[in-house]
Parts: sequence; structure tokens; C-alpha cells
Amino acid sequence: MSEVIVITSGKGGVGKTTTSANLGTGLAARGKAVVLVDADIGLRNLDVIMGLENRIVYDLVDVVEGNCRLKQALIKDKRFTNMFLLPAAQTRDKNAINPGQMQKLTESLREEFEFVLIDCPAGIEQGFKNAIAGADKAIVVTTPEVSAVRDADRIIGLLEAEDLKNPKLVLNRVKIDMVKRGDMLALEDVTSLLAIDVLGVVPDDESVVVSSNKGEPAVLDDNSKAGQAFRNITSRLIGEDTPFMDLEQKTSIFTKFRKLLKL
Amino acid sequence: MVEFLTRLFSRKQPSKDIAKDRLKLVLIHDRANCSTQLLEILKTDIIKVISNYMEIDEDGLDIQISTAPSETDGNAVPMLYANIPIKNIRKAQGQ
Repeated sequence: MSEVIVITSGKGGVGKTTTSANLGTGLAARGKAVVLVDADIGLRNLDVIMGLENRIVYDLVDVVEGNCRLKQALIKDKRFTNMFLLPAAQTRDKNAINPGQMQKLTESLREEFEFVLIDCPAGIEQGFKNAIAGADKAIVVTTPEVSAVRDADRIIGLLEAEDLKNPKLVLNRVKIDMVKRGDMLALEDVTSLLAIDVLGVVPDDESVVVSSNKGEPAVLDDNSKAGQAFRNITSRLIGEDTPFMDLEQKTSIFTKFRKLLKL
Repeated sequence: MVEFLTRLFSRKQPSKDIAKDRLKLVLIHDRANCSTQLLEILKTDIIKVISNYMEIDEDGLDIQISTAPSETDGNAVPMLYANIPIKNIRKAQGQ
């Protein structure tokens, strides 16, 4: 059975694209047939996060308008033969497609892939409506900030109005030191405000920036804490009962010593 | 040690609590705005029910969703506020 999952947030810059890339790659690493759909038409980014920007010939709008066949527009991933990317058009805008066309597109992708992940644009207008049209599940990404949590609440309401019940939350960029001293909302604070189940918590991690520089999702980096968090979320997506990561991992004396010597 | 003592005595509210309180209020307003229609229906129903027992000033009626500190922990909780002016408290029975 295949699943169409939309990754959304309302607010921009909270990590939708990073989450999409990492969960897609994580699922592919677990042997699942995955397609990533970049629904952010006009502001295409998933291709660069995946390191596939040089391979694009056709895009999502070309497929919808019939300029090419679906298979021609799908870009095979560098690392996994079981993962593909359907890039967004860069020179068009959100009104180039409509929810009905998007629904048809996801239906055809469903026949080929076990997981169809849709990277939703920021905002609540046409682009959002397109992105959620063919989805059966939704993941809401937010960060522990007032503005991001507020927008997440709006999005949860809109998703439920569109019959996407029970969206799941990914709390991104948690700075554990700030949480400890009471200067950042903790997971419990966010869940008490938003009535939503938690899919995962991702610590703020420099390795995510490094991996986006290289175009290699952090989920493949065994030393990345954020990567570990995304691996955990991946296994929850495929139905494995995975405990939440202990963000407060004490650094051992050995690693402290190594850090001191800058090894 | 000095830091510990200042922290012990200064009892400053952690900024995440401020964030949480502000968010609570904002979300109540956001959520209520989505349901002005619901509030209108509620208003009509309240008028209907109370009018069975007393005569009220329908134009002076004020209904809104706001917040009040909860009795248990003092946190802001949503509250239905209704100000219903009564014109005549004893409406003749059986009219």
C-alpha cells in the first residue's frame, strides 16, 4: 500500500524542504520506493538540497501540461536507485497548476512508489491547496518559536477542514541548552498548545547546514544528531515503535577531551 | 556562586513562559476568528433560551470569547463572555 504524505508548515524557513529531503532519503535507505515531489513552484529548492540540480530537464508543470511523460521528468537520485525527484518549475508560478491536476499526478505516482512525499510551499494560498490536494497524510513542521507555532496551529485547522485529519508534528531546530535554561519552548509546551501527535523532535545541528552545502541529506551522516533524529522519524513512518531521542545526551569525558584538543 | 545566588533571588520569569502565555492568547483569538459564524448562532440560541424566562435587551447583548486566569494554576484559559442586559426580570408566566 502506498502513502502520499505532504510536508507543510505555514511559516517559511522552518525546515520543510530539509525534512522532506531527509525523510525521503531515510526511507530510500531503508529500501522503500520513494518519490519526492517539489510543490513549491517558482521557488524550487528540493533539488539543491538533494544535490540533483544539474540533472533537471523537465519539471512538474511540464508533466501537468503534457509537455513530457511523467517518467521523463523523474530524476533518479545519486545515491539510491529506488528514489526519484519530481522538481518544481522555476519560471512559473503557483497558479500554473490546480488541485485537480495535482490529485491526478499523485494518483499516477502512487502506482509506482510506496511513498510519495510532497514538499509544500510556505503560505496558505493556492500553492498550499495544490500541495495537499492528493495527500492522505500530513506532517506539520514547526520550530519552538511563537510565530512558527502560531502558523502551525492555523495549518492544522486548515488541514482538518480539508479532511486531512490527525496531522503529525515534527519539532525542528530545538536548542537543548536554551530549553534547559527556560529560554526556549520545550516539546511539552508546544504539544500542550497544539492538539497534535508528535512524530519527532530534531535538535538544532550545524551538520544540517554542512549537509545542505554539500547536497547530501544529514540522515546519511552517522555522526549527525539531526541525522539520527531523522532516522528515528523514518522508522516511525514505516511503523516501527522507536523511542524519542534523548537530546540531553551527556558528552563523555573522552569526547570533551577530544573537543578540547580539536581532534 | 554569585551567578547561582542572583538566579536564586531574582526569580525572573523564564522567557519560554512568556512565549507560552502569549501564544495561548494568540491561538484563542486565531481560533475564535475562524468561528464568528458559530458565535452568531450561539448568540441567537442564548437569546431564545433566556427569553423564555425573562425579557432581555437584545441590542445591548454582548458575547465574545476571551481569556481569564484559571482558578487552579492561574494560567490563561479561554472564557465565553456574555453581557446580557435584562429589561424585565419577571416575565409573565405562560405568555
